[in-house]
Amino acid sequence: MATIARDEIFAKVQQTLVDALSVDDDEVTESATLTGDLGAESIDFLDIVFRLEKAFGIKIPQDELMPRDVLENPKYVVNKRLNEPGLAALKSSMPHADLSEFEKDPDIDKFSDVFTVATIVNFVDAKLARQA
Amino acid sequence: MRWIWFDRFEQFESGRRAVAVKNVTLAEDYLHDHFPGFPIMPQSLMIEGMAQTAGILVGEARQFTEKVILAKIRRAVFHTLVRPGQQIRFEAEIEHLDEAAALTCGKITCEGELVGEVDLAFAHIDQNMSGLDFPEENFVFTEEFMSLLKTFREHGAEKVRL
Repeated sequence: MATIARDEIFAKVQQTLVDALSVDDDEVTESATLTGDLGAESIDFLDIVFRLEKAFGIKIPQDELMPRDVLENPKYVVNKRLNEPGLAALKSSMPHADLSEFEKDPDIDKFSDVFTVATIVNFVDAKLARQA
Repeated sequence: MRWIWFDRFEQFESGRRAVAVKNVTLAEDYLHDHFPGFPIMPQSLMIEGMAQTAGILVGEARQFTEKVILAKIRRAVFHTLVRPGQQIRFEAEIEHLDEAAALTCGKITCEGELVGEVDLAFAHIDQNMSGLDFPEENFVFTEEFMSLLKTFREHGAEKVRL
């Protein structure tokens, strides 16, 4: 399978988010967060994942994009904060995400900020590279 | 009383597809009030008709044990108007179903013509991620509603498992 350039992936992800969240395309920048900046709610994530699967012809198991086994694991989450082993587990499950900001204040309620447009583009990029 | 926006099922394939029909008649008040002097079937109510058709399809797939709530209108596009005397068909299909939610896609047709396309998302609200508790009783698929569904069962939805 031929590889797709990153800007091509970004364009498709951008269109997916415009359709799923009824936002303008200029709002969908690499650094925009899905929940904070683009107003995504939990049900939107299912819709977005489904649209990405269709747009790129890939399968996205739920835990791959958002590792619940880490985020809901009492071994890793203490007082609604992710501990060191939890952060290490998160890093290995989410190589597509930039966790540098979250690491400074690993409050579970702030985890949604990890989901920027770039996170989605990186995820799809890595997924397509594995399939190629 | 529940506002039911279709009259009967025409087809019902458990967990996959349902087709319901609605007769649009001037006896219904809203047709007079939506655009006075220009009675057409409101698109918002056609979305509701699709939500009911698709919602029952989603509910039946889990034997009506879940509280199925419309969570999102993923897409709603309309191409033409529907007038009194016409019959519309709501054709709903399940695209995705899991523990927490379902996605459906649907077409609304009238006399063979495409009226609209309505894609929806439903949540099984007891499985919500925020951990909120809802009343134990199923306020979506109530006893009254299930009795009504039994009447549909005799008219086109023989395969609905009750």
